[in-house]
Amino acid sequence: MTTMTADFFASNLQTMGSALPGSDLPWLQKIRAEALSTFSQNGFPSPREEEWRYTNVSAIEKKLFAPATSHTAVPINEAWLQSFRLQNAWTMVFIDGHFSSEFSVLAGLPEGVSLLNIANALANKADTLKLEKYLGQAVSHKEHGFIAFNSVWFSDGLFVHIPASQILEKPLQLLHIATQADVMATTRNVLIVGDMAEAQVVETYIGLDNAYMTASVTELFIGQHARVTYYKMQCESEKAYHFGGTYIKQAQNSHFDHHNFAFGGLLARSDIHSDLSQASECELNGLYLGVKRQHIDNHTRINHLQPHASSREMYKGVLDDRARGVFQGRVIVWENAQKTDSQMNNRNLLLSKEAEADTKPQLEIYADDVKCGHGVTVGQLDEKSVFYLQSRCVDEDTARNMLTFAFANEMVDKIKIKGLHDQVLEQLLVRFPQEGVSKEWL
Amino acid sequence: MLSIKNLHVSVGDKPILKGINLDVKAGEIHAIMGPNGSGKSTLAHILSGKSGYTVTAGSVTYNDKDLIDMGPEIRAREGVFLAFQYPVEIPGVSNIYLLKAALNAIRKHRGQPEVDAMDFLTMVKGKLRLLEMDEKFLYRAVNEGFSGGEKKRNEILQMAILEPKLCILDETDSGLDIDALKIVAEGVNSLRSKERSFVLVTHYQRLLDYIKPDFVHVLANGQIVKSGGPELALELEEKGYSWVEAA
Repeated sequence: MTTMTADFFASNLQTMGSALPGSDLPWLQKIRAEALSTFSQNGFPSPREEEWRYTNVSAIEKKLFAPATSHTAVPINEAWLQSFRLQNAWTMVFIDGHFSSEFSVLAGLPEGVSLLNIANALANKADTLKLEKYLGQAVSHKEHGFIAFNSVWFSDGLFVHIPASQILEKPLQLLHIATQADVMATTRNVLIVGDMAEAQVVETYIGLDNAYMTASVTELFIGQHARVTYYKMQCESEKAYHFGGTYIKQAQNSHFDHHNFAFGGLLARSDIHSDLSQASECELNGLYLGVKRQHIDNHTRINHLQPHASSREMYKGVLDDRARGVFQGRVIVWENAQKTDSQMNNRNLLLSKEAEADTKPQLEIYADDVKCGHGVTVGQLDEKSVFYLQSRCVDEDTARNMLTFAFANEMVDKIKIKGLHDQVLEQLLVRFPQEGVSKEWL
Repeated sequence: MLSIKNLHVSVGDKPILKGINLDVKAGEIHAIMGPNGSGKSTLAHILSGKSGYTVTAGSVTYNDKDLIDMGPEIRAREGVFLAFQYPVEIPGVSNIYLLKAALNAIRKHRGQPEVDAMDFLTMVKGKLRLLEMDEKFLYRAVNEGFSGGEKKRNEILQMAILEPKLCILDETDSGLDIDALKIVAEGVNSLRSKERSFVLVTHYQRLLDYIKPDFVHVLANGQIVKSGGPELALELEEKGYSWVEAA
């Protein structure tokens, strides 16, 4: 980190520090102080770090985005917001990293479920105790610079606690809106899902047509036999920088499904890391679409810590123009994790000669009785499929368009929430508006 | 309907078909039999317009038009249908969408308006019953996760809906158990008409127990070495291909 950057953030913290939530709580002060010491030493991640080798974030340091001190005075276009809001969901809205009760919808939440912003959660004792127990437990600030930064600067975030055996009928939506230019929205989310509970969570990122930075860290704790389906739709502005990390601790027999749609941002990086206990299951799905000069990086890590757990992973990328897609998937099977069943796949479709896909699947296996596999493809459309469609009367251009859409649509089709499915589909069509493809078949 | 004259086809420098002559009239069923490597599949592919083959001599005319000059989609719209030996799985494209896109492409080609959605669905459901296929098939991705029998039935379903004039069945019987074979054969038989012709490419006589051909041709080493009626297939079954290859 340059001296200028270091000075900039140091002076920012002086003015901002006392405004950050929990500044009066010693345990949180300690977390922030330790993270600050890490961040001051190392700054944002460098391509010299193995897990950042394809993604250079030095532009973020140079931009000197200032952490947003409050949410905007810019009026929000209601129709635009509405098009990303899920109907029939509980929605928490964060604007530039600060909670907006005005736009949030929380009516009818079952008794016993906590769903509130971190700043408010830290104002009551029961939730504070939970936060003290869980915050920083799914990911260490030492993981990399963005976690350290987030731990120091988070201005708010989501706190969820779902008691044991509670099944949430409606999805929880976490809607992040970036409205101010040249600022950084930093949120920390902590979700605790009790034993045998079930929940669907949707995380949506949108922003006005500005340069800005999102740095969001989510920690998710899934209890025994609990099930969580988590969707992320990242539609940041095309000038924006995005870091979003989700770190999961899965207890025994828990089930976690993640669907990651990475569409926006000039430079976007997503981390999904899960630690699996005995007989737990984890399924990671992803779709990244890159156009123009977008750089979209997806990093996943699955830690098989105990026996009999299974993991499935399928990430697909469609890259056009001069876009670059990165997939780094790590699966680590520890000594004790016998009978692990793991499969990782990454497929990339390159639509232009200048587009690039970097893919790096890594299997590290320290147990001897496991079933693990991985597969990677980078290429063009399958000519057999093109011919098959042609032999069914479809002209070649339309056949290629259909197959490109079909390639991406396979991931969209996995979405079980109708409203979200339609939103994601819309984003896919906006990015690849292709003649001869009609919406009805998608 | 279809006239193949002295057709020579190569893949790269290697000649595969070495002078095929075949006339198929409207309403006729021709079976092309032959051992592996005789050029059966190449013949089916060249008729459907698959790339990778070079016609070095001869001609193929279909309804008085040069078939070789047409792109695969034009042939299909003109009424040539290839039932694939290995139907391709296309995740993300539903059967119903492909069927509709195909049918509308044919209608556009003929200068007709797009098919009415309700009429289309009624028609498709009727054809499904004929092939004993569940309606759920329509909303599944094309051939994805289908069993061998389901894939072949799906090919026949497409054929039933697109109503082609010339149907080429490439090893349709391969990988089918006897029940699936019967259903597929019944489907084909129900499509027989005075205007519609079939070319059945097959290794085994088994299919011909259920679909009775008018003519049987034996292909060996890129040439038709013997032609006859349905009895020829039975003779082949009994004596094996070495009998004709030697001749």
